[in-house]
Amino acid sequence: MSQPRHLAGEFFLSGDEACAEGAINAGCRFFAGYPITPATEIAERMSERLPEVGGTYIQMEDELASMAAVLGASWGGVKAMTATSGPGFSLMMENIGLGAMTETPCVVVDIQRAGPSTGLPTLTGQGDMLQARWGSHGCYSIIALSPDSPQELYDLTIKAFNLSEQFRVPVLIMSEAATGHMYERVVIKSVEELELLPRRKPNVPPEEYLPYQPDDDLVPAMASAGEGYGFHTTGLTHDERGYPAMSVEAQDRLIRRLVDKIEKNKDAIIELEEDGTENAEVIVCSYGISARISQMAVQMARDEGMKVGILRLITVWPFPDERIRGLAQTARAFVVPEINYGQIVREVERCAGGKRTVLVPHMGGTVHNPHTIFEAIRQAVK
Amino acid sequence: MTKVIVSNQKHPLDTYLRTDRLPHIWCPGCGIGAVLHAFLRALLDSGVDLKKVALVSGIGCTGRVAGYVRLDSFHTTHGRALPFATGLKIANPELKLVVFSGDGDLIAIGGNHFIHAARRNIDMTVICVNNFNYGMTGGQLGPTTPLTGRTTTTMRGNIEEPFNIPYLAAAAGAVYIARWTTAHIHSLEHSIGEALAKKGFSLVEAISPCPTYYGRMNKQPTGLDQIRYFRYNSIVRHGIDPRLVGIEANGQIVVGKFVDIERPYIPGATGSGNGRTT
Repeated sequence: MSQPRHLAGEFFLSGDEACAEGAINAGCRFFAGYPITPATEIAERMSERLPEVGGTYIQMEDELASMAAVLGASWGGVKAMTATSGPGFSLMMENIGLGAMTETPCVVVDIQRAGPSTGLPTLTGQGDMLQARWGSHGCYSIIALSPDSPQELYDLTIKAFNLSEQFRVPVLIMSEAATGHMYERVVIKSVEELELLPRRKPNVPPEEYLPYQPDDDLVPAMASAGEGYGFHTTGLTHDERGYPAMSVEAQDRLIRRLVDKIEKNKDAIIELEEDGTENAEVIVCSYGISARISQMAVQMARDEGMKVGILRLITVWPFPDERIRGLAQTARAFVVPEINYGQIVREVERCAGGKRTVLVPHMGGTVHNPHTIFEAIRQAVK
Repeated sequence: MTKVIVSNQKHPLDTYLRTDRLPHIWCPGCGIGAVLHAFLRALLDSGVDLKKVALVSGIGCTGRVAGYVRLDSFHTTHGRALPFATGLKIANPELKLVVFSGDGDLIAIGGNHFIHAARRNIDMTVICVNNFNYGMTGGQLGPTTPLTGRTTTTMRGNIEEPFNIPYLAAAAGAVYIARWTTAHIHSLEHSIGEALAKKGFSLVEAISPCPTYYGRMNKQPTGLDQIRYFRYNSIVRHGIDPRLVGIEANGQIVVGKFVDIERPYIPGATGSGNGRTT
């Protein structure tokens, strides 16, 4: 086996390629996937790169199998990921639920295209944002990140692996075709400079190990298969031993913890970027490529003397309720551009305390025209 | 006066079961426990380090096996035991992977995964308990319900041709295929032992009674009736062409070892998933 080969330096990469390099440098050594535009380049790059670092790429028969294999690999003690787009993301929901229920660290990348159904396979969209939060049945919480550039697809993929290990949850990267297929300069630090979180391993002997006994931060330690712990894990509601527990009490305890371990650790999870939000009359709240397009609109508004700030949601889930409530104390209105007919705007409106919340929808296929966003800002200022 | 003898003796296999989870959920007369017994005996006899065994199940009555064995065990989603096990095996090729699930889980909702795991020849042993219907949900039509068989969703008799599991597995590329019934428990144990020793995708189909549903609805209302049917209507044909082992309602059941071949498997000797590790 050759020496592990990690990139370091400056590169001209697409977002998809940057994502794959982020995964490699984060220590991902297993990728199971199924080809789908516009995420295919991630699979192609991983199929080339993983064997060079001692990992494995496997092309599964569908996205149901891809997600199941990723969970299996994670329980085998290996950092694992998959990448897909809308139709595949729908199929993955089943085992994303199993991942949430069994608290399995892994990373799922959704390079969104415009839907529903087959939609516009090669063209951009942001229509999966609520599916990311609520797509699998039942009650759980999840983490979703939204990069706005190839550089951030690299950076946030590493962050996603760290968060998934820290909180034992599938972490979703909600990008889109526009960013996945965008080529830009990407700066890659040497792997030695990265802070990578290891798996939280049990520190008790096997006979004392309770697979679902949480630590103080509500996250339990995780043994891998083959280490002698002889543990059981199930998608059924379970107790601290990992045994099925069909009771109201067990359901209450487990579901509260699965949700609370994310929602009560929001401060440690949420990353936002703000520009000019203090004393702004209007705040443009957006994410991913739409936040990037919004920058131009915000500049146009400022050039005309309007007090406009921009809040970019790098973390979309869990949602930054507190920060938006805080901004609603001073702002008169929120403008929310997104490439769908209104998804994250619902969350903003929920937290806006009655302040005007304006959706700037775009059904998909391209990014917004900045003038459309500018016009919405101007209307909101009136 | 009747003398009641209370034995403190443990069952010899108790050490390998999560006895704190007993009694199990299976009905009186069900065959899954017998198949589990045969599996555990074969596993112990194989000399495999039990710490390196991982058992994966899907959903259904047989899917509950994962919850009763004292092994690293995974009770996953319906139909997805095989891809889950594929990821687990590739992540840690040292593991001996066993998938223990039912015919509905493996052949209907998981049918696509079944043919692809066999095609890839993933190194694992699959034990498929076939009871001709969905027991967990109350006896509905399954992918193996014989033509004319009555179930709660085919009260007038099944009009669909069932899957012949060994033939399907052989066509897809499985390297070891055997079938027995729960009336052939020693042969079943022997075949599971051979399957565990085999490199590549090995399949043992275990025909099992489901007196609560399939048996009751098809004029074999007790476990004993079904075992008798298996016992007196089975014929051993080692090496027979798997095309010829389809099962008809109340018909003959061909049992034996049908396939035992060699083929490159995954993960290979290099430990890589697809042979591409350099």
